[in-house]
Amino acid sequence: MSDTTQQPMLSADGRPLKQSLARALRRQKIRALLLIAPLLLFVVVTFIIPILSMLFRSVENEIVSNTLPHTVVALQEWDGTTNQAPDEEVYRHLYFDLFRAVESKEHTKLGSRLNYEQTGLSSLFRTSGRSLDDLGEEYQDPLEEIDPRFKEGAFWYEMLNGEGGEELLESRRELWRMGVGESMAGDIGFVPSAQMAEMLPWTTRAYTDFAIWTVIDDEDVVAEEDPWEAVYAGLAQDLQNPETITAISNYSGPGAEALQAAANNVDKLPEVNFREGFAKIKEDWASPEVWSTIQVFSANYTPGYFLNAVDLELTPDGVQAKPENQQIYMQLFMRTLWMALVITGACIVLGYPVAWLLANLPMRVANTLMILVLLPFWTSLLVRTSAWKVLLQQQGVINDILVWLGFVGDADRLILMNNATGTIVAMTHILLPFMILPLYSVMKTIPPSYLRAAKSLGATNWTAFWRIYFPQSVPGIGAGSILVFILAIGYYITPEIVGGTSGIFISNRIAYHISSSLNWGLAAALGSILLVVVLVLYWAYDKIVGIDNVKLGG
Amino acid sequence: MANDASNDAFVEFERVQKSYDGETLVVKDLNLTMPKGEFLTMLGPSGSGKTTCLMMLAGFEHATHGDIRLGGESINGIPPHKRGIGMVFQNYALFPHMTIAENLAFPLEVRKLGKSTREEKVMRALDMVEMGDFGGRRPAQLSGGQQQRVALARALVFEPELVLMDEPLGALDKQLREKMQFEITHLAHRLGITTVYVTHDQTEALTMSDRVAVFDDGRIQQLAPPDQLYESPENSFVAQFIGENNTLEGVVKEIKGKTCVVQLDDGEVLDAVPVNVSEVGERTRVSIRPERVEYNTDRLDPDAHTLNAEVLEFIYMGDIFRTRLRVAGNEDFVIKTRNAPDQVRLKPGQQIKIGWMAEDCRALDA
Amino acid sequence: MKLITKFIKPMAAATAIASLSTMAMADGHMVSDMTIVSWGGAYQDSQIKAYAEPYMEMNDGVSITWDESSAEAVAKMRAMNEAGNVTWDLVDVTAASAIRLCDEGLAMEVDHDEMLAEAPDGTSASDDFGDLIVSDCFIPQIVYSTTVGYRTDLVPEGTPAPSDICDLFDLATYPGMRALEKRPLNNMEWALLCDGVAKEDVYDVLATPEGQEQALAKLDTIRDNVIWWSAGADTPQLLADGEVFMGSTYNGRLFSAIVEQDQPIGMLWDAQVFDLDGWVIPADLPEERLARVKDFVKFATDTQRLADQAKYISYGPARESSAPLVSKHAELGIDMAPHMPTDPNNAKNTFLYNYEFWADYRDDIDAKFQSWLAQ
Repeated sequence: MSDTTQQPMLSADGRPLKQSLARALRRQKIRALLLIAPLLLFVVVTFIIPILSMLFRSVENEIVSNTLPHTVVALQEWDGTTNQAPDEEVYRHLYFDLFRAVESKEHTKLGSRLNYEQTGLSSLFRTSGRSLDDLGEEYQDPLEEIDPRFKEGAFWYEMLNGEGGEELLESRRELWRMGVGESMAGDIGFVPSAQMAEMLPWTTRAYTDFAIWTVIDDEDVVAEEDPWEAVYAGLAQDLQNPETITAISNYSGPGAEALQAAANNVDKLPEVNFREGFAKIKEDWASPEVWSTIQVFSANYTPGYFLNAVDLELTPDGVQAKPENQQIYMQLFMRTLWMALVITGACIVLGYPVAWLLANLPMRVANTLMILVLLPFWTSLLVRTSAWKVLLQQQGVINDILVWLGFVGDADRLILMNNATGTIVAMTHILLPFMILPLYSVMKTIPPSYLRAAKSLGATNWTAFWRIYFPQSVPGIGAGSILVFILAIGYYITPEIVGGTSGIFISNRIAYHISSSLNWGLAAALGSILLVVVLVLYWAYDKIVGIDNVKLGG
Repeated sequence: MANDASNDAFVEFERVQKSYDGETLVVKDLNLTMPKGEFLTMLGPSGSGKTTCLMMLAGFEHATHGDIRLGGESINGIPPHKRGIGMVFQNYALFPHMTIAENLAFPLEVRKLGKSTREEKVMRALDMVEMGDFGGRRPAQLSGGQQQRVALARALVFEPELVLMDEPLGALDKQLREKMQFEITHLAHRLGITTVYVTHDQTEALTMSDRVAVFDDGRIQQLAPPDQLYESPENSFVAQFIGENNTLEGVVKEIKGKTCVVQLDDGEVLDAVPVNVSEVGERTRVSIRPERVEYNTDRLDPDAHTLNAEVLEFIYMGDIFRTRLRVAGNEDFVIKTRNAPDQVRLKPGQQIKIGWMAEDCRALDA
Repeated sequence: MKLITKFIKPMAAATAIASLSTMAMADGHMVSDMTIVSWGGAYQDSQIKAYAEPYMEMNDGVSITWDESSAEAVAKMRAMNEAGNVTWDLVDVTAASAIRLCDEGLAMEVDHDEMLAEAPDGTSASDDFGDLIVSDCFIPQIVYSTTVGYRTDLVPEGTPAPSDICDLFDLATYPGMRALEKRPLNNMEWALLCDGVAKEDVYDVLATPEGQEQALAKLDTIRDNVIWWSAGADTPQLLADGEVFMGSTYNGRLFSAIVEQDQPIGMLWDAQVFDLDGWVIPADLPEERLARVKDFVKFATDTQRLADQAKYISYGPARESSAPLVSKHAELGIDMAPHMPTDPNNAKNTFLYNYEFWADYRDDIDAKFQSWLAQ
């Protein structure tokens, strides 16, 4: 006996029975999977991916480090608590980073992004973008005066083109790729000369940036185009270095003459000071506050949106509560949950008797009544909500009737809309069918004999209902409540139209950030929180009531 | 006399009528009197009005006309929960969200009995139906038979004087049903409860009841103890409905006291008891039970009329033989004979003579 | 040098071919279908009658699909751009949205002089539009204003009709409900103006937290009497229903309520806030589509077309040269000039919406405003 229990059971062909069973089941599973594959794909594409992308967007913050890569690195060293603006090096990187951003029009996007965190950064970046050329021209004009060859695109090309600088080229290409989000691939017909890259690092880098953009984006020929102002600024920067001056005097390659002329006339160039230059463009650049913001939000991923979504903010001193006069979201979340709860309650109270009638009336009458219940589904949400507007407003039908009946005076008509009342009334009406239908289908399965049995056992009508019928209809209430509550939590058209200011939901703010302020990161964070709240509530419901106790039908 | 009536008549229906739609009567002029302790079955095809009568008695339907009395008092205006009538439903109607014990405690709870009394009574009721160990289970965890017992216990736990049962065994298989039939009757008699039992199964009605009321078309066709019902049906509906029955049609030829002669449509004549016929020349339908037909002519009265028959089919059924004959043009004429050692087994095609005692054959309405 | 020529030659040839083909396209190869996005309603109708129908008459086979999505244009263009499938060819937006779209790189920068027609007297397009070109991506069409309407029949007896923007805040003299837009723009400016801030200082004050508090405090004085609207059609409806006594909305909406529907409504021109509406072209349109759009826009924004639009709606043409050509209402036959926000009589005290300011302060002030509303 003990032998047989230890031996695995074999199927007819000698294979272990377990294996054969698994094989047979696997085929079944694959077939089942294939059957649901289209739906699965659909759900993944239209539901899972958008949700994941929303979650991603709520923390994603690559734009700062992608647009100002070197600035962000240089800024790491800076200590914002000293209340001193960063030193020249940071501004120098800012100039060259920003120049690229301006050429690719990325700087205004960055400005919009940072403006969510600090007011004024939008225009700071926009104005700076416009004035950035002036900063370079300060050096371009004297250089061209020293040697007119500096005016010629071909001259620059000849001087800086060479060999050995492939690495530099690729690293600059990578910068563009990050900043613009495009591949920037392709032969640009220019390779920086390694010699020049060592002697004139800033110039060569700026020129390489220029070359890549000119060929790949503008589809022009490098040698035929006049270089950007940034290239002149780069040269001026390089000429600040005494070692460079020495190197130039020993240099004999292309453009040596012009370079030597420039090196000999360095004193004709204004002193290179990007810090002052930026301060001249807009004095905000000299403020440590701006730099703090950039520093705090330079990470690729930020909790900033989520913090904003719960009325907190990320500051150089850590997470802090927002000023009281800017706190809004927690209040809205609470209000949304509370009102969704009230609406769910109202739907239960109003829907229960109707569902009971539907389940207990003769078929013919019940069908007619069912059509009345479903009727609202056949009219557009907007129309129904607008109809409530006509009913609820102060000069509306309900008030007119109340005044006519003498319940309220003409002067003090009730305010039934543009507040929470309006939202609750209209949404209860709109969501009622979602309560009635599951209730009805559950009630339909409760045989009338239970009530009779209870009565025959001596229960009054009320006891029979409360002790016998009601407990059995609870699964329907559960299903209807979940449905109504979750739908209600995400409503926004109805609150927008009849909710005024005290009857709006968190979704109205989400809609605002999606369509008006374009702060999609914040919208995504708010949406994610809403999603989590719903999931938590669902989990709590499962724990307390049990999800098996939810029935949508027999 | 009045005293006697109130003693005897525990349940009374007097000229009760019921209509649902105001156009047709479901129950037509029902009169019924039941003494205390009786087990009465309402038997009839579906739509005959038996369940409606039960529901009127329970209080779930109102009589359109007439009076229903319980213990001498009219209960027309009393709501069901005040009538104190126990009821067992077709599908048991055990409350699915309560345990068995809670189900049983429910009628005691609404009567505001103390907890200890409740528990004691529940235990006693469960023991009574041999379900003592199942108090903590839910109805869904029990088999059909067990649920049936619980339903019965629940209907009895508050000690009602009258119990109504609406086809309570309909959902059980044959064996269990027969067992339960016995148990229910036994219990009812032991406890001395008055029981009204509704069924459409005539065997059940015959085996269980003190009296059976056969319903058809909203009327009681016959109210009688089972043996009387079987042996002396008062009309052809009852004859047809109760047990197996052979019928032949013809015209009354002659009436002499307690017997009459009927001439069948093919000219043959037979003897019968005139039940629903009074005049010569009247059309009639004669009914004869299969087991009362005799084909061994030696056993018949010499002067009794006999009929010619042809054997069409012979079926061996173990304890009995069932033989189908063609008699006077009727090809469904069946006879049943006991499987006794000396019994002749008829063969299809055989021509025989059949006959019966005149008192076993009843000339009924056509 | 050798290297250079070796490289330049094929490149130059390629460029030459490319530019040749571009020219060919510009001449003949334009798509014939265009999707134009606008606001729907009377405004879109005026565009159809003034520009689109004449254009289609001139160009056989051209068909225009209208999409009434301007209200969500910025968000939708961003979404389309991210999805890499821009289906719109031309989009009608407010100036603020145009600036935003330009900032985001979603709208194409245009050379106004190269792309748009000169005025009949030869003035360049950029001079003709003047200051109204508030963004490199923006091609102005009309000047509209946000102003205040009131119920003439509900003015208290013996009181003159409201004529000052500050009557909005004067509940003692003009009791009743107000309708204001559910956003800080315009409301904050009016509040400061009526709280004693000089017109030229409004934005300087509003830039400070104290100034923002001051504006909200002023709005506090009427907040219990305000219904906040979010769609331009709300205020005329609220006025018509008698739900409010006064309310802000676009001047064109008030014009149609007063003149076309004959409602008992009057309007103030005092401190009307000028705003602009115009076209933007989505960035990175394929050449053939771009060619068609350019052709249409040149026609649709010429002096005569802009003047024609004013026959159908009471918004001022954005070109200076169009103003003298503004004639009568197409159906009612009334003179349209007095109903234009730009009419000298109406423009005595105007307020110019500061785009730059709002681009910066929008997020900050909106948060405070919404928080204030929610209290």
